[in-house]
Amino acid sequence: MPDGDALPGAFRASAFIGFRTLFYKEVLRFWKVGVQTVAAPVLNALLFLLIFSQVLDRRVTVYGDVPYTAFLVPGLIMMSLLQNAFANSSSSLIQSKITGNIIFILLPPLSCRVFYGAYVLAAVLRGLLVGLGVWAMSMFFVDVPLAQPLWALAFAILGGALLATFGVIAGIWAEKFDQLAAFQNFLIMPLTMLSGVFYSIHSLPPLWQKISHANPFFFMIDGFRYGFFGQSDTSPWLSLAVIGGSFAALAALAMLMLKKGYKLRG
Amino acid sequence: MADVPAIHIAQLTKHYGSVQALAGIDLDIARGEFFGLLGPNGAGKTTLISALAGLVRADGGTLEVMGHNVAADPRNARLKLGVVPQELVFDPFFTVREVLKFQSGYYGIRGNDDWIEEILSRLGLLAKADTNMRTLSGGMKRRVLVAQALVHRPPVIVLDEPTAGVDVELRQGLWEFVKQLNADGHTVVLTTHYLEEAEDLCGRIAMMKAGRVVALDTTANLLSRFADLEQVFMEVMRHA
Repeated sequence: MPDGDALPGAFRASAFIGFRTLFYKEVLRFWKVGVQTVAAPVLNALLFLLIFSQVLDRRVTVYGDVPYTAFLVPGLIMMSLLQNAFANSSSSLIQSKITGNIIFILLPPLSCRVFYGAYVLAAVLRGLLVGLGVWAMSMFFVDVPLAQPLWALAFAILGGALLATFGVIAGIWAEKFDQLAAFQNFLIMPLTMLSGVFYSIHSLPPLWQKISHANPFFFMIDGFRYGFFGQSDTSPWLSLAVIGGSFAALAALAMLMLKKGYKLRG
Repeated sequence: MADVPAIHIAQLTKHYGSVQALAGIDLDIARGEFFGLLGPNGAGKTTLISALAGLVRADGGTLEVMGHNVAADPRNARLKLGVVPQELVFDPFFTVREVLKFQSGYYGIRGNDDWIEEILSRLGLLAKADTNMRTLSGGMKRRVLVAQALVHRPPVIVLDEPTAGVDVELRQGLWEFVKQLNADGHTVVLTTHYLEEAEDLCGRIAMMKAGRVVALDTTANLLSRFADLEQVFMEVMRHA
């Protein structure tokens, strides 16, 4: 006879096991289709690198004497990392919602923190893997220094967590794939492209420099680039504060949505 | 604690916009019962089950599973409940065994391999254990849903139309398994449109219409006035 009030020790719920399982499931989900989720974004970034470096390398230097191709690499790494962190959490959630298998996550006693933490951490991991892939492949084409590795790591993790959180919000909010595609095509992609991945904002007219400072992606890319060259368009501390603040605000929003069961629990 | 019912529902209400899905449900299901929840489409059965499982938030009233309030103590309430959903949902990325291990982990259970193997065996899924979910037939997917609901050995099991679209062989095997679980002490709540199944299996039955319980009695008492449950059902629905 099952005793509902005195389950054996092995059956006591553990939030950590729940978190570890959901995290592992999310990692396995993207790893099983790694050609699509890791290799393809690396190839895309390399194509950008090859094309832009061929066209601009001998004509442009940045921060005084940094060749354009070297300047481009951290931007491409960060762009790929951010886009894939967003894609992972958002696509996993919308897919689960549309196919209905989200029920397997909603029925068990997983807390909002476990839900949020597992989705975000798995998305950050995919972003980091793609970023590492772009970095490793770019070494065949250009030497890029790594002057401040801890700064680079901090911006990679915090930027990835910010976009992964944004992906959780978008994945919960969206009800159709085209709504999610709108996020990617009309928000993430333009903000990334106009964030200084391909140029230093000092090469822009003053008005566009000011507008760039309203784009949080600029601070992520600029701060990450500081980790490589020890130079950046703006202070890394300011970038860290902007990204940290944005992350805290989005994380609070995501947790609120999960606690309310917004679009998850009727 | 033995007096605490497996499921306690009091004055439960739920609206979807202007539609009243649940209109003040009162229902107690004792521990160890095999209970049937019947009603036409749109009667509120699935909404009631979803509220019980925490998938839907009730507007008002009380819901408890093994004495744990679904709203105030969702963690323990969910641990005590296993739900087989009506829709044939699955995760196309994983194998049957992976799906069951994940589900076990979500409930915080470690080292559950022996029980997973037993469920696989008893539900006739061993040969398909390492097969990807998307390649399974509908009947096999239904078996996996049952396995997922049982992976944490819940004392209360809710089956929402588990035999819809399932062949006779699987249906028989599934009922043998569920009857054994009930004999072992699990409380079983079943919704089905196959009234003969409810007649054979359930000790007590509630009939719902328009979000209300319109009949509630033992199966024997319900059948005492009519030849079979279908006639009882038609009569109750006509007068409700």
